Amino acid sequence: MDEIAPEYDVVVLGTGLTECVLSGVLSVKGYKVLHIDRNDHYGGEAASVNIETLFRKYTHVRPGEEPWKKYGRVNDWSIDLIPKLLMANGELTNILVSTKVTTYLDFRQIAGSYVQQGNGPRATVAKVPSDAGEALRSSLMGLFEKRRAKRFLEWVGDFKDDDPATHQGLNMAACTMKEVYDKFGLEASTRDFVGHSMALYQSDDYITTLGVAKETVNRIRLYVNSMARYGKSPYIYPLYGLGELPQGFARLSAIHGGTYMLNASIDEVLYEDGKVSGIKATMKERDEASDVMKFTTKAKKIIADPSYFPKKVKITGYVLRAICILKHPIEKTDGNDSLQLIIPQSQVGRKHDIYIAMVSAAHNVCPKGYYVAIVSTIAETNTNHHLELQQGFERLGEIEEKFMGPPIPLYAPIDSGVKDNIFISKSYDATSHFETTTDDVRDIYQRAEGEELVVEGLREGQTLVSEGTQ
Amino acid sequence: MSDSAAGSAQKPSSSVKLVLLGEAAVGKSSLVLRFVNNDFQENKEPTIGAAFLTQKCPLPTRTIKFEIWDTAGQERFASLAPMYYRNAQAALVVYDLTKPSSLVKAKHWVAELQRQASPGIVIALVGNKLDLANDGSGASGGIATATENGVPGPETDGDTSEARNEEQESATSDARKISTREARGYAEEEGLLFFETSAKTGVNVVEVFTAIANAIPETSLKGTRGGGAGAGQSALGAGRSGDDSRVNLGDRNAAAARDGCAC
Ligand SMILES: Cc1cc2nc3c(=O)[nH]c(=O)nc-3n(C[C@H](O)[C@H](O)[C@H](O)COP(=O)(O)OP(=O)(O)OC[C@H]3O[C@@H](n4cnc5c(N)ncnc54)[C@H](O)[C@@H]3O)c2cc1C
Ligand SMILES: Nc1nc2c(ncn2[C@@H]2O[C@H](COP(=O)(O)OP(=O)(O)O)[C@@H](O)[C@H]2O)c(=O)[nH]1
Ligand SMILES: [Mg+2]
Repeated sequence: MDEIAPEYDVVVLGTGLTECVLSGVLSVKGYKVLHIDRNDHYGGEAASVNIETLFRKYTHVRPGEEPWKKYGRVNDWSIDLIPKLLMANGELTNILVSTKVTTYLDFRQIAGSYVQQGNGPRATVAKVPSDAGEALRSSLMGLFEKRRAKRFLEWVGDFKDDDPATHQGLNMAACTMKEVYDKFGLEASTRDFVGHSMALYQSDDYITTLGVAKETVNRIRLYVNSMARYGKSPYIYPLYGLGELPQGFARLSAIHGGTYMLNASIDEVLYEDGKVSGIKATMKERDEASDVMKFTTKAKKIIADPSYFPKKVKITGYVLRAICILKHPIEKTDGNDSLQLIIPQSQVGRKHDIYIAMVSAAHNVCPKGYYVAIVSTIAETNTNHHLELQQGFERLGEIEEKFMGPPIPLYAPIDSGVKDNIFISKSYDATSHFETTTDDVRDIYQRAEGEELVVEGLREGQTLVSEGTQ
Repeated sequence: MSDSAAGSAQKPSSSVKLVLLGEAAVGKSSLVLRFVNNDFQENKEPTIGAAFLTQKCPLPTRTIKFEIWDTAGQERFASLAPMYYRNAQAALVVYDLTKPSSLVKAKHWVAELQRQASPGIVIALVGNKLDLANDGSGASGGIATATENGVPGPETDGDTSEARNEEQESATSDARKISTREARGYAEEEGLLFFETSAKTGVNVVEVFTAIANAIPETSLKGTRGGGAGAGQSALGAGRSGDDSRVNLGDRNAAAARDGCAC
């Protein structure tokens, strides 16, 4: 077994997506990276697991019982622990393309994007209109409202940050989204689907927050442009599940010299003058027969997920998630093999939206005939968490299996890390996509490197011997 | 096997994902380097850079384009990502015939592949560093069922030679620790192709890849990347080709949509 180097520029702890993207980027830039995970698999909190692992994680499997047996081959399942989708035109897509990690992965569209109106038995589910033409055909609005929505979406399409002529006389830097909606005379129900299923805000706080109008318009533009890219929905998804993403970036890192070590625990973080100086760690062997390997190495910086530094993080909220296995597509969604369905909070008397993300055999995450739907929301109560998701479960119809743990705390670092050179990421939040994850990647990079991360052309001029061309 | 584009132009060409597995330092990257560039570097750095190479292998009726995935060193601390061998249609499981532990590791990989990989995967067991065995000039190889090459060497004096090989009682000049018979017997049991190679001298290297190319079932071939079979295969079934839901992220034209707005 090769020796561990006496010193690394960066030690990365945890193989979640945020950490793997950073590890990949830093390795490409020539840093010497050691990447460690305490688990024996990639992905950390953002892994995709097989159905046996899922049962063992969420239920008490008694000795001799094998409840997963009736679901076919265990490894035909690859179930995300965190439900997220990629915006086709989003930043993660950009990073994947710039780093050529796309070489290792295959993507497929999510077949539809839906929003619920009303609740209970009278609830309707409709496609989210993504352009002016679709707005005119949408069942979500009456005749006159359709025209107003069309005007609004056309305006969004023409909007340019730096061209006040496109701002319709609004002071976009300072006004609220309420003023914008008022200007176009949009009804409350339209504001609901625009803000929640296109701008993807999870609560209504954005409407009255000063200065958020521009961001809202840009979020809608991201949605609309992502939609336009492949046509069916703004979302794409990697075959075999989201767990492929960190693995792809880990490979990028490894190709550029990054050293990978799963199944290793950090025994001690070493400091000198208040700054991190190294780690002591133990690599556990997979089979009991072989020895453990203890080692110490120097490190100039550490990048880690919150679980590695519980004293350096705070809780910012709780997410509720339930992973549901279905044997049928979701009612009222055109029999689609995959979708995102948003239930805006106002429709069901909540403060936060309920999200449903569903994928299926079309994405190689389960055997044919099954559907995996994850229902999630931000927790609003201290008990009855199951009830908070009830409106989402109702949409799913008959549920074969439901996996739900306690509320999941979301962590964020207390300090920027500049003082001790320990840069900690945020938990994967409740949003339906990776835009906040890539924001975090950029933020950590800025904190750690003191400069903005530029991924464009990152691998150009790299002298990789005959790297394959597609 | 040089890259002979000529002649292969009319023949159907198919891509095959081939992965390398095996303990660190058995010579996986060296085998690829020998196969793709006909080159060898002594004491080279652990695999950096060359993680995805392609090489054509022309056969009489078709051309196989190997997409060769090297481990990028992730095997060093047992941290290979499952993504790596997903959808592999062929695997070279390599051991170092001077290092018994490497065969143990190779057997582990074979078992993993049989458990996890595509059902139709073609696996070749490869004993590398044949140049270090003093029978090393000989080209032992072929499919596991082929008869043993009777390569004469200082110790092949009668029927005790195999036993002596296995007991690692070889002469000091012979670093071989794993006999051909032992490895071949195992390969036969598991239905693997079997070769002994030297990335250093080039012995048998092309032969391994050609044998794999020949062994890939016609039915599992397709024009592009992505492999025919895979875990969750039952799930794949329909619509892999001409699937309008598949997206090509590398497509710069589509990427151009970033700037304008499609409203
Ligand atoms: C050819 C091949 C070679 C491989 N080589 C290696 C190698 O050298 N080193 C290596 O580390 N791995 C390797 N793997 C991957 C390794 O085999 C998988 O991690 C393995 O399938 C899972 O471990 P298991 O089957 O022993 O036990 P499992 O029962 O599958 O898993 C053991 C426990 O680990 C946890 N677990 C496993 N996977 C996950 C997950 N994705 N998410 C969350 N929890 C999980 C679960 O709690 C589970 O109970 C290889 C796989 C193949 C096919
Ligand atoms: N003598 C000899 N040395 C080899 C052979 N193949 C590889 N090596 C050496 O073994 C070491 C490890 O090779 P490498 O290809 O990096 O192994 P990998 O870790 O399996 O990719 C290097 O020093 C090579 O030069 C071989 O066939 N014969
Ligand atoms: Mg190598």
